[in-house]
Amino acid sequence: MGKTLFEKIWDNHVVQELPGGSALLYIDRHLVHEVTSPQAFEGLRMSGRDVRRPDLTFATMDHNVPTDSHETIRDKISKAQMDALERNCNDFNIELYGLDSDYQGIVHVIGPEMGLTLPGMTIVCGDSHTSTHGAFGTLAFGIGTSEVEHVLATQTLRQVKPQTCKVEFTGQLQPQVTSKDMILKLIGEIGTAGGTGYVFEYAGEAVRSLSMEARMTICNMSIEAGARAGMIAPDETTFKYIAAEDRQFAPQGKDFEEAMEYWKTLPTDPDAEFDRVITIEADKIAPQVSWGTSPGMVTDVTDTVPDPEGVPGYSRKDVEQALEYMGLQPGVRMTDIELDTIFIGSCTNARIEDLRRAAHLLRGRKKHPNVRLMVVPGSQQVRLQAETEGLDKVFREAGAEWRYAGCSMCLGMNPDQLEAGERCASTSNRNFEGRQGKGGRTHLVSPEMAAAAAIEGHFVDLRTWENGER
Amino acid sequence: MEKFSSCRGKIGTLDRANVDTDQIIPKQFLKSIKRTGFGENLFFDWRYLPDGSPNPDFELNRPEFDGATILVTRNNFGCGSSREHAVWALKQYGFRVIIAPRKEQDGSVIPAFADIFRNNCVKNGLLTIELSESEVNEIFNLVDRFPGVEATVDLEEQGIVIHLDEEVSFHFEVDQEVKKHLLRGLDDIALTLEYEDVIREFESHHQIRGFAE
Repeated sequence: MGKTLFEKIWDNHVVQELPGGSALLYIDRHLVHEVTSPQAFEGLRMSGRDVRRPDLTFATMDHNVPTDSHETIRDKISKAQMDALERNCNDFNIELYGLDSDYQGIVHVIGPEMGLTLPGMTIVCGDSHTSTHGAFGTLAFGIGTSEVEHVLATQTLRQVKPQTCKVEFTGQLQPQVTSKDMILKLIGEIGTAGGTGYVFEYAGEAVRSLSMEARMTICNMSIEAGARAGMIAPDETTFKYIAAEDRQFAPQGKDFEEAMEYWKTLPTDPDAEFDRVITIEADKIAPQVSWGTSPGMVTDVTDTVPDPEGVPGYSRKDVEQALEYMGLQPGVRMTDIELDTIFIGSCTNARIEDLRRAAHLLRGRKKHPNVRLMVVPGSQQVRLQAETEGLDKVFREAGAEWRYAGCSMCLGMNPDQLEAGERCASTSNRNFEGRQGKGGRTHLVSPEMAAAAAIEGHFVDLRTWENGER
Repeated sequence: MEKFSSCRGKIGTLDRANVDTDQIIPKQFLKSIKRTGFGENLFFDWRYLPDGSPNPDFELNRPEFDGATILVTRNNFGCGSSREHAVWALKQYGFRVIIAPRKEQDGSVIPAFADIFRNNCVKNGLLTIELSESEVNEIFNLVDRFPGVEATVDLEEQGIVIHLDEEVSFHFEVDQEVKKHLLRGLDDIALTLEYEDVIREFESHHQIRGFAE
């Protein structure tokens, strides 16, 4: 019997089968950021251990970073955490893309951008959205700080082999419907624990047609369905992305050709079997908007806020609590929900293509006077590229704040936060209570939906706009 | 790794599903570079009123749950962010055991705990126990009727005993490798480093095509 993409990568990285059925898995790339690493480095020091492969370890700062300026960090505690990372990287000889680097950015944006993320690899990071890198046909997943320390010390992880699940998107997306809508739709269908214990492989016609940026958005939110990782088989789209200029860690010339021959062997064999298969009709997906405090609490933009009794996978109490927190009544049309803030950013949707798509809608238009619009590029490279293309000007002329790279309002660990009661259309990944600021109300959407909401001051079904024109 | 063999203590209940790690320990407390000091901020946004006083409506603030060491909650506990700070906060608050139900949905079984969270618990000697929905409902009912009731959790025996006039007991399944690690308090890194020769040998032939080294 053939093997799945996941099984091929897994088998290629087992260093040792362990007693009890788990395996010692080799890690090809370890990405490190300031929040989940200090205690791991402290652990190494306390036990007198070294970093086994600093050459496979790469660090940046993203969570704490202020995005109005990279020069001054007013929050002393944030500063101390960033200083600790700098010290740790110095002491253990790890490459750091700090605030003074043109390559600084959200860890899951810079990895692919620099060519650190390549098909067939295993990649881990102390961050649940590490699943993003799976878009390249990479086995990538988030780990806790104890595991970060384990990888630093041994370049391996002890892992129980997860089950495999194919998520097949049949047909093609409608215009103005994006990969963000695909993943939100999936989470709405199976719930936020529906993928627990599985690694997803996204497949089907609609997935094949997606750009790398759009694929990363899907894989990024695999964790929101509970799946540890999400993967997409590498193809010409992948190879083209890797071959682009300035991917400094990607193979070049003959090395690239050789690597590509190997990458072409990675896709799931036709006779391979998955433990589970989920099928979704891509052509039936409408633009999605979340209405609650869990990413599974999501619906079509044409729909209404649901009745607490009728939400599959959530109890009446869960929904009532969510609606109370969100300040919403059942029956209200999604398109009647008025917004205070629009956040375009995060490791889910702040790559250059996301910004281009948002800019396309905002060009020559103004944001609604009642909303604040923030555009936060995912990396300094994205920022520079956007400025080269004049997108910053489009955003500024529309009334947006054009920021420096960082996680920003996705999790509000930095000064970018919602006030209590403030309602936000956000291109990020989590609408948990308090995620974007205590009492803040988050609606998850695509960059297009966020841009349209910025113009109108409320959600709109973009499909009713012709070629992005009202 | 910290050992766990058995524990006797009060049960505290948290009747919510999908409790995410952002709720368990909000972002502002992740800026610490230490492993300590998280317990007082566990469930911060639910637990305290804006003036900093305890929120009387929050379940775990009930006087009967004061000092609880066993947390009983609902499905998909610990979802979301990978932050191990959530586990440190639960432990430092005093919890030694968390019990939650697996859920049956459309013919498949959904585990009680999110993956990364459950792994993080093991590394910190916090025991996660998965029971059926009806068993967890039964515990919720018992605690409702007898708030402040104590239980004993014994990992070796894989049993939970709720101490009432007529004792109620439950059996739980546990991964035997996890059980061994918890009972002995094994250090994973030290164990892995015993394979150092095997790792070195693996590295000598492992080639990721396209490695720009």
